[in-house]
Amino acid sequence: MVRENFEDKLQVLKEQVLKMSETVKASLSKSLIALEQQNVQQAQEVINGDKEINAIEDDINDQAVWLIAKEQPVAKDLRRLVITLKVTNDIERIGDLAVNIAKSVERIENDQLPEEEKQQILTNASVVEKMIDLVEEAYIKEDVEKAFEIGRIDDQVDHQHGDSIEKLLMYMTQHPNEITAITQLAFISRYLERAADHVTNIAEGIIYLVKGKHVDLNA
Amino acid sequence: MSLTMIKKPETSNRTIPNTSKNIVFDTDDLNLWYGDTHALKNINLSINEKEVTAIIGPSGCGKSTFIKTLNRMVEMVPSVRTSGDIKYNEKSILEKSFRVEELRTRVGMVFQKPNPFPKSIYENVAYGPKIHGIRNKKVLDEIVEKSLRDAFIWDEVKDRLKENAYGLSGGQQQRLCIARTLAIEPDVLLMDEPTSALDPISTLKVEELVQKLKEDYSIVIVTHNMQQAARISDQTAFFLNGEVVEFDETEKLFSNPSDQRTEDYITGRFG
Repeated sequence: MVRENFEDKLQVLKEQVLKMSETVKASLSKSLIALEQQNVQQAQEVINGDKEINAIEDDINDQAVWLIAKEQPVAKDLRRLVITLKVTNDIERIGDLAVNIAKSVERIENDQLPEEEKQQILTNASVVEKMIDLVEEAYIKEDVEKAFEIGRIDDQVDHQHGDSIEKLLMYMTQHPNEITAITQLAFISRYLERAADHVTNIAEGIIYLVKGKHVDLNA
Repeated sequence: MSLTMIKKPETSNRTIPNTSKNIVFDTDDLNLWYGDTHALKNINLSINEKEVTAIIGPSGCGKSTFIKTLNRMVEMVPSVRTSGDIKYNEKSILEKSFRVEELRTRVGMVFQKPNPFPKSIYENVAYGPKIHGIRNKKVLDEIVEKSLRDAFIWDEVKDRLKENAYGLSGGQQQRLCIARTLAIEPDVLLMDEPTSALDPISTLKVEELVQKLKEDYSIVIVTHNMQQAARISDQTAFFLNGEVVEFDETEKLFSNPSDQRTEDYITGRFG
């Protein structure tokens, strides 16, 4: 096989993207546990861990840029490197959203939260986590069908987020003293919805990699 | 020897040309053999007027053979025979009645290695027009200056026109050869790996020249440099084992080819 070295480098890059995704997924999970338990210390760990994620992104992007300069890729090779740059950006943004969730948990601290609404958001969060698992599988196998499935799940997440916001607004009118904490909970719902959008962007990247065509799964 | 033309009834791998452009060359089931070796197989290509068409493919795939059929230079090789048709401006050039001298006046060629005559820079360019009967010194001067200007080399040689062309650098020699071709005002320029013997800067100068020349000429360029094909051509044909595997707009062929063999070749998986 010609270009074995280049193939090896692409494979290494793919593994690093997956490692970055796993790190971000763990960060998001920890931010959700912090929310569930209202555990400020866990939230602080999420915030502290963000530097590592940014460093992984920079490292992957440096390697991808160097490979573009060195190997002058075209067609699928070029698309693979271009989506690597885009995908790492989306993963990093999911990491930032985990940090935002953690910061909201710090602001909520020990304030009381409405249990039903909180659980609904946590349920939606577990759907987002599943989307990350699915997008990792789609990325590994370059599976376009799975990528399209992510677009459909994103619609459910959007719908659930809308429903949560409605319920939280209703709750606020009845419990005006709890507005500060409830607003933070609404933010968290919004952060999760944004995270799902980034997962959807990654899915679009996978479709572009395989098909060379742009699709909008967020439409 | 002359080429024989046998019209084949079947038509394969026909690529629908971009109909908004005039077609300068059109091949119809072109086959070519060197003795028993089948070097071109059912080639159906349309070369658009005033565009750059790149021919890419691994060594021995028939690229050079193909462009040498377009000015019938290939018939200088003994044992060559062909079937099918090549139309130049809708006239079959393989017909016996078609004058090969006329064809080569209209279809100029630039080769891999610069091959100036062992004469002055001026005489290199004036040679063709003189053969075509132009004797007037003033007219020849004008042709030489225009050709050298069109080949982006005038400023570098205007003060040394009487010097031997061999004193020029490789890149300058190649642009002089292009000027020499332009001097007889062809319609089409065939370029067979014109930059493979040049340094990177000379290569870029020739590439810029090609981009400029397509305003007035139709250009067919054989290149091993994939990035070059991507940079300068409008259409690209990928040849493999004497066949056209894919012929498409350059941007499409290099960003999202239809055939896996094209993808494998342009991404360097073979060849």
